Amino acid sequence: MSDARLSVLKTYKLYVGGKFPRSESGRVYEVTDPKGKWLANAPLSSRKDARDAVVAARKAFGGWAGATAYNRGQVLYRVAEMLEGRREQFVREVADAEGLSKSKAAAVVDAAVDRWVWYAGWTDKIAQVVGGANPVAGPYLNLSTPEPTGVVAVVAPQESSFLGLVSVVAPVIASGNTAVVVASERAPLPALSLGEVLATSDVPGGVVNVLSGRTGELATPLAAHQDVNGIDLAGADAGLAEELEIAAADNLKRVLRPQAVDSDADFTAAPGTRRLTAFLETKTVWHPTGSLGASGSAY
Amino acid sequence: METPASIFAYAPAPESRSVVDIAPSYGLFIDGEFTDAADGKVFKSVSPATEEVLSEVAQAGADDVDRAVRAARKAFEKWSALPGAERGKYLFRIARIIQERSRELAVLETLDNGKPIKETRDADLPLVAAHFFYYAGWADKLDHAGYGADPRALGVAGQVIPWNFPLLMLAWKIAPALATGNTVVLKPAETTPLSALFFADICRQAGLPKGVVNILPGYGDAGAALVAHPDVNKVAFTGSTAVGKEIARTVAGSGKKLTLELGGKGANIVFDDAPVDQAVEGIVNGIFFNQGQVCCAGSRLLVQESVQDEVLDALKRRLTTLRLGDPLDKNTDIGAINSAEQLARITALADTGEAEGAERWSAPCELPDSGYWFAPTLFTNVTQAHTVARDEIFGPVLSVLTFRTPDEAVAKANNTQYGLSAGIWTEKGSRILAVANKLRAGVVWANTFNKFDPTSPFGGYKESGFGREGGRHGLEAYLDV
Repeated sequence: MSDARLSVLKTYKLYVGGKFPRSESGRVYEVTDPKGKWLANAPLSSRKDARDAVVAARKAFGGWAGATAYNRGQVLYRVAEMLEGRREQFVREVADAEGLSKSKAAAVVDAAVDRWVWYAGWTDKIAQVVGGANPVAGPYLNLSTPEPTGVVAVVAPQESSFLGLVSVVAPVIASGNTAVVVASERAPLPALSLGEVLATSDVPGGVVNVLSGRTGELATPLAAHQDVNGIDLAGADAGLAEELEIAAADNLKRVLRPQAVDSDADFTAAPGTRRLTAFLETKTVWHPTGSLGASGSAY
Repeated sequence: METPASIFAYAPAPESRSVVDIAPSYGLFIDGEFTDAADGKVFKSVSPATEEVLSEVAQAGADDVDRAVRAARKAFEKWSALPGAERGKYLFRIARIIQERSRELAVLETLDNGKPIKETRDADLPLVAAHFFYYAGWADKLDHAGYGADPRALGVAGQVIPWNFPLLMLAWKIAPALATGNTVVLKPAETTPLSALFFADICRQAGLPKGVVNILPGYGDAGAALVAHPDVNKVAFTGSTAVGKEIARTVAGSGKKLTLELGGKGANIVFDDAPVDQAVEGIVNGIFFNQGQVCCAGSRLLVQESVQDEVLDALKRRLTTLRLGDPLDKNTDIGAINSAEQLARITALADTGEAEGAERWSAPCELPDSGYWFAPTLFTNVTQAHTVARDEIFGPVLSVLTFRTPDEAVAKANNTQYGLSAGIWTEKGSRILAVANKLRAGVVWANTFNKFDPTSPFGGYKESGFGREGGRHGLEAYLDV
């Protein structure tokens, strides 16, 4: 009978550079459900793990930013498909992590799947919405185009361990950035499992890197890291957010501050484009369109 | 030495100073009134071309900042509640008055800043008026700007601007702020306060409500007090990267919206198929416009190795024809350096270039006896490790590097902490597009350089800052979105 069978537990591991390493420190910490029941020993990542993740994210940036928007959309949609297929697993994990009933956890997972679909559709539309031709007063074609900022550190929401996580990670990579994600400290397991989904969804290794551990211990070196271009402070409390913003000034990272609504973890509301544009640069190129002239030159 | 400039010498053609009447002293402009600084401090604004004192100006301190922020706060409620069309009409009025007074303002700016009248008359002032005219039209169309149905003003904007384009930077800051319904406290640079004070008079002529615009001439301490003031909702700064980082640390945790437009080390890339004469004009414009005191200057020339000699010969020939001298002379190409401090900085960096082994060449030209001057200079034999290839000099100093392949050009162009501007010179359209696509810079000029327009978003990547000024994009910095 099944009663006699002992289930096989999963060893939760980090997701860095498309691989699933343990923390280089060899450390783990105990993860429990809100009632204190043991769920797993998650990797307690170190500063070195954070730096390794930045290296992986930087390496992946050129390819991901250079992929066509259509291709990125396909990949993000594939994430939704893979997640849908693992729906039961995530409902269980989210229910355990956040102490939700099965039906509430199912609603969270469904919303997360739909969020991937929402951002999958944005990849090849945002440039038309925020960019375009500027009617300058001179013989020039002047075009503004959004481009990804680079490597973005994401301090994932603490309470909404899965829908919140997806809501902050998907827009960062939809626009062509690569991400180093610090999972919810208390409830990191859904984030670590998301790594398994990303690994099977044609997301190139290194585009998303997931770390579990102490938020302060990981976010601080990421905020100060000279090869990180932006940071989303969604999961930082006010004190930490201020510290991180100060550290981020050192190489003028683009900072997305926690908003009042974020602290309420209301990620069920329809997202706007704020997170999508937070880590986009605008490049404006001037092309002369003047008379052809005798030589055929346009200037 | 007989140079083309000496053979074909130009007779002096100075623009008349009589169109501008500079008062012997000016106050701070707070709540619609000119007023002394709380502690009675004043400082002198001098003409960098002659070291003549132009006027004595009240020097704002922390108390004055507080007074100005309170005035701006008081004015905010009514100003932000005005129908957009009415706010827009004030801005249209301002744009028109600037056009009417543009000759006066051009001469004033040239006197206070040291840049050639040719530039203030033909570039600065037309762009200033155009900027106000452009944002005037946005005031009643914000619902259609792509920031939601009813975007709101932020409140009081604290703005700190540099000395290189005093009135143009004022326009870039004040026009979008007012169009979106914010009120402003603006601190002009200590070496160029006068055009901002004349702008205060323009606000009076336009009938702008009191307190909507407040102007605080002063030094860095006043700027620091302004950005740190707890009742400021928005901070906008244009200036050095070092100060920008300090401001970012100051506003951290405050929730103040921040935009920074900082330094640059722009690459001007010349490929072997570029039309040499046009490219040379672009190189000259890129680094000697406004004596190179331009954040988006093309201060690194990347020239393809096969055409290096041809381009450099033509460039040096062209530099010998540049006329340096009286900024008010309509034939002057190169004016004065803005201040003794800036001249010392440029001199020190150029000396470092020489000490590190780069080869220095300056156009033969006579420098006036008084005032602050630096001859157009270029360095060859420059490597990427040289200080003159890495640090922003903010002066008429060009560093020349070479490359062999387009990939190498892109790698070198992007090898900098900055990312503000870049130029590409080639006849090949596909190469323009491919290279422009790979450059990590906010503004890229193809077969042109240093073009600006109020509809065109301007701002940097990386440590050149964040946020955009100009165009629809420029509204975002002043809206609660």
